[in-house]
Amino acid sequence: MGIEILGLPMMYYIAMVAKVLVAFIFVLLTVAYATYAERKIIGHMQVRLGPMRTGWHGLLQPIADGVKLFFKEEIVPSQASTFAFLIAPLIALIPAFITFAVIPFGGVIEVAGYKIPLQIASYIDVASGKVYDVNVGVLYILAMSSLGVYGIVLAGWASNSKYSLLGGLRASAQMISYELSAGLAIVSVFMLSGTLSLNEIVTQQSAMGGFGWYVFKQPLAAFMFFICSLAEINRTPFDLPEAETELVSGFCTEYSSMKYAMFFMAEYANMVTVCALTATLFLGGWNGPLTAEVPLLGPVYFVAKVYILMFVCMWIRATLPRYRYDQLMHLGWKVLLPLSLLNIVATGIIGYFIN
Amino acid sequence: MNPITPIINGLKITLSHLFKKPVTLQYPTERPKVAQRFRGLHALNVSHNKAKCVACYLCPTVCPAKCITVEAGEDANHDKYAAKYEIDMLRCIFCGYCVEACPVDAIKMTGEFELANYRRQDFIYTKERLLEKK
Repeated sequence: MGIEILGLPMMYYIAMVAKVLVAFIFVLLTVAYATYAERKIIGHMQVRLGPMRTGWHGLLQPIADGVKLFFKEEIVPSQASTFAFLIAPLIALIPAFITFAVIPFGGVIEVAGYKIPLQIASYIDVASGKVYDVNVGVLYILAMSSLGVYGIVLAGWASNSKYSLLGGLRASAQMISYELSAGLAIVSVFMLSGTLSLNEIVTQQSAMGGFGWYVFKQPLAAFMFFICSLAEINRTPFDLPEAETELVSGFCTEYSSMKYAMFFMAEYANMVTVCALTATLFLGGWNGPLTAEVPLLGPVYFVAKVYILMFVCMWIRATLPRYRYDQLMHLGWKVLLPLSLLNIVATGIIGYFIN
Repeated sequence: MNPITPIINGLKITLSHLFKKPVTLQYPTERPKVAQRFRGLHALNVSHNKAKCVACYLCPTVCPAKCITVEAGEDANHDKYAAKYEIDMLRCIFCGYCVEACPVDAIKMTGEFELANYRRQDFIYTKERLLEKK
């Protein structure tokens, strides 16, 4: 590793590019096949088969969908504000992907004598053997997930259509109210961990043979965080911004072709991110039995946890009807917010007496 | 009533359905089994190599959709027979009254249900097309 750029070995840059590519392709493929998995799972839950014709058991369905959307006509309404209309899907999509930069998806692996921590925004100090990552990782994720709402609001506003506008307004109101409870729910995790760095949080959960998960210490917070996250990413039963029955298709009514697909990619990418975050904060991240001996098991555990949580999302979608708007606000402000505040107080009191 | 239990119960139900055998029939490759008394396309019964129909006009009379056209004729043995027997499948409502009304058991309904066609005139089934296939 003779060549150094800006005081870092060449291998650092190669590893970084590799990690970015792997994470990006993983999220992209998961997004594509989440649509397929969702249709299959919901189909079977309704005693149907789901897609069966494109490829073996419909396995090529996401590709067929993607190709179809590419060839659809690109429509920009004449009354729409063109620039905002074009940029809105990007604003929705990009934060969904860049959130993955701080999520640790494995321990430290060694490639050709160079140690690589499996987290995009991190660096291992070879001398001390310590992994440094973004020390405000969770804040970064909260910031990025709240940026996602801009895409939706902008789409609703720029479309210049009443359905889109209502969808956008609903989305902003819903996301803001649930982000509050989601943020407060993870505060109780920080009270236990004492750090905002996701890498540290995962390391702390490695106790008890990889099962010292925060979900056992903070079951209520985990539960509330998952519900709030569902609401924040507009998944059923909180998919009011795109309630077909009331708002045609909500904020993406006027969108077509790839721009429409981008909103859906953003939605599914957000689902992946939220599941990854829940797995990291509450389910021990990449921790599990034998990760110390076999470092490559870390990513396997992490992906398994993410996929299980995504299955739960789809399971919930197959089960629950959409909430009414006042029920949504009631749940957000009068149930989840006080509960998360209580949880913080209880964590504080119990933590004080234990220590 | 606590709001969590119904949600859990619902989740249990959907999970149990996940492992049930789907009822979907992969239609063009998998064919449905038509019931014995299914009322599909009509067929004229044949006996001694000719249609049993004696052109008594009971079926066009009872037909509520007025889709059957019969014209009587006289054969070499001075017997009455249906010189023309047409059913307009665009009008037919598949009620089966023609089968019930027939005194000589000359008409029946088969399990054939794929009656789509490209031209309107193809929906008018003439006697030749209606004769039962052995």
